[in-house]
Amino acid sequence: MENNKTAWERLALVHTKGRPTIRDYIPLIFTDFYEMHGDRYYGDDHAVICGIARLDGKPVTIIAQVKGRDLNENKDCNFAMPLPEGYRKALRLAKQAEKFHRPVICFIDTPGAYAGMAAEERGQGEAIAKNIAEFMTLRTPIISIVLGEGGSGGALALGVCDELAMLENAQYSVVSPRGFASILWKDASREEEACNIMQVTADDMVRLGVAETVIEEPLGGAHNDLDKISENIKEYLSLKIEEKCQKDIDELLKARYTKFRKIGEFTE
Amino acid sequence: MFEDFFKVVKHRFNGAEEEVSGPSFKCPRCQSTVPFERYEELLKVCPACNYHGRLSAKERISLTFDKGSFEEFDSNMISCDPIGFPEYPEKQAELRETTGLKDAIITGTALVKGQRAVVGIMDSRYMMASMGSVVGEKITRAFEYATENKLPVIMFTASGGARMQEGIVSLMQMAKTSGAVKLHSDNGGLYITVLTDPTTGGVTASFASLGDIIIAEPKILIGFAGRRVIESTMKQRLPEDFQLAEFMQEKGFVDMIVERKKMRTTLAKLLAMHTPEEKEV
Ligand SMILES: [Zn+2]
Repeated sequence: MENNKTAWERLALVHTKGRPTIRDYIPLIFTDFYEMHGDRYYGDDHAVICGIARLDGKPVTIIAQVKGRDLNENKDCNFAMPLPEGYRKALRLAKQAEKFHRPVICFIDTPGAYAGMAAEERGQGEAIAKNIAEFMTLRTPIISIVLGEGGSGGALALGVCDELAMLENAQYSVVSPRGFASILWKDASREEEACNIMQVTADDMVRLGVAETVIEEPLGGAHNDLDKISENIKEYLSLKIEEKCQKDIDELLKARYTKFRKIGEFTE
Repeated sequence: MFEDFFKVVKHRFNGAEEEVSGPSFKCPRCQSTVPFERYEELLKVCPACNYHGRLSAKERISLTFDKGSFEEFDSNMISCDPIGFPEYPEKQAELRETTGLKDAIITGTALVKGQRAVVGIMDSRYMMASMGSVVGEKITRAFEYATENKLPVIMFTASGGARMQEGIVSLMQMAKTSGAVKLHSDNGGLYITVLTDPTTGGVTASFASLGDIIIAEPKILIGFAGRRVIESTMKQRLPEDFQLAEFMQEKGFVDMIVERKKMRTTLAKLLAMHTPEEKEV
């Protein structure tokens, strides 16, 4: 692991052109991937891709935020900022996974939920809240991995899980550093300073009890060796899915609740 | 009960920030002004457009619950500084001084026309009622208490969203509170949300949107993303009534819009219809 990088330098790596997205990872980690479209209420959001596949031969459900690799892809997936129908598709597939006793694997990679009129009209807040609440009691194992950016409630909607892993340079934050600087200091140009004090790195997440594992990236970042980073992710997933599937489901749910229940710092 | 309310109002006004600037209240919705005394008499409702203004938690308690019935939970809980954000502890100390609050929510049990409920009231004077460790923990404990004691929950929400100064820890409070709501719901508990001005951000995207019954006060703001954020980043012009209670009801996210003067009776009737004996109130 590279320990000498600032949070801001890591964010630059995450934004590097060529940083792998879930579309790059799926064929190297899974087999028999079949994508499933639509939330059955309104439409199909291209910022979230869902489907079923095999991991080590066993069926799993994949729910992933997807960034574009170029401008055209980014226009299509709205820069990985999901609409409510994206979250509702995710929930539909999660419930399907529960029904068929398949573990769920979530890949988080979003600057945040889409902020726009369409999202508000269709209940962005309700969609995120519903996912958070339903994932908490979903009776099948859930593993989440932050691939790049995990921004705000838009990330947490895929982040209620039994264990969370961070890629080494990935970040998880309450709001983007730019948003943080503009809200707290009324000066968006102080985003570098914000990024470095917000505590958003993989190590920060482990220390704060938000993540359990950091997945090592190849030297210089994930884009330098796609095969290696895919292998690291697969190794982690194989281990964790096997481990969680062997647990009693009620014990698993109790542990999932407790994982989030204990986060918070206060005195009385 | 109303006498009580006015006493509290008078007292609170001395400490309120934005409203002491002049002898009259300027409505943020219709821009009309109304003398303060008149505004108080109207329970802080704009006479011109029916906008339901912000109340302190104390005002809300005396207006809604049976006199003397409120028993507070966790009254001494205060937040730490999880990410070591500059001047966060100092800012909190100052707010505790000026508002008399320990953080942005008061929780406890209270009676509504004789019916016991677990209640939470957010107070926007404290850091725009943003949700950090204390708000998250108090709400979670309130729901856990309600689940254990088979009580309904009423939450009066108001919030600017997550408490930025607590970083990722504040984001996780969304999961913590929503998890407690879910367990209460799965156990058959009734949860009534009363959305008050403004309910936004991470609070909208967690426990505020999870009520079995979602009530809103007239003309209040409800949303996930802020209006200015949407206008500036998306370059969209937004309609006048965008994100107001009436707009959100039309879009399907609010069960009923209830005026402040009818809130107590409405809550009492709804609670009664969810108790096994089905007594009438
Ligand atoms: Zn007005």
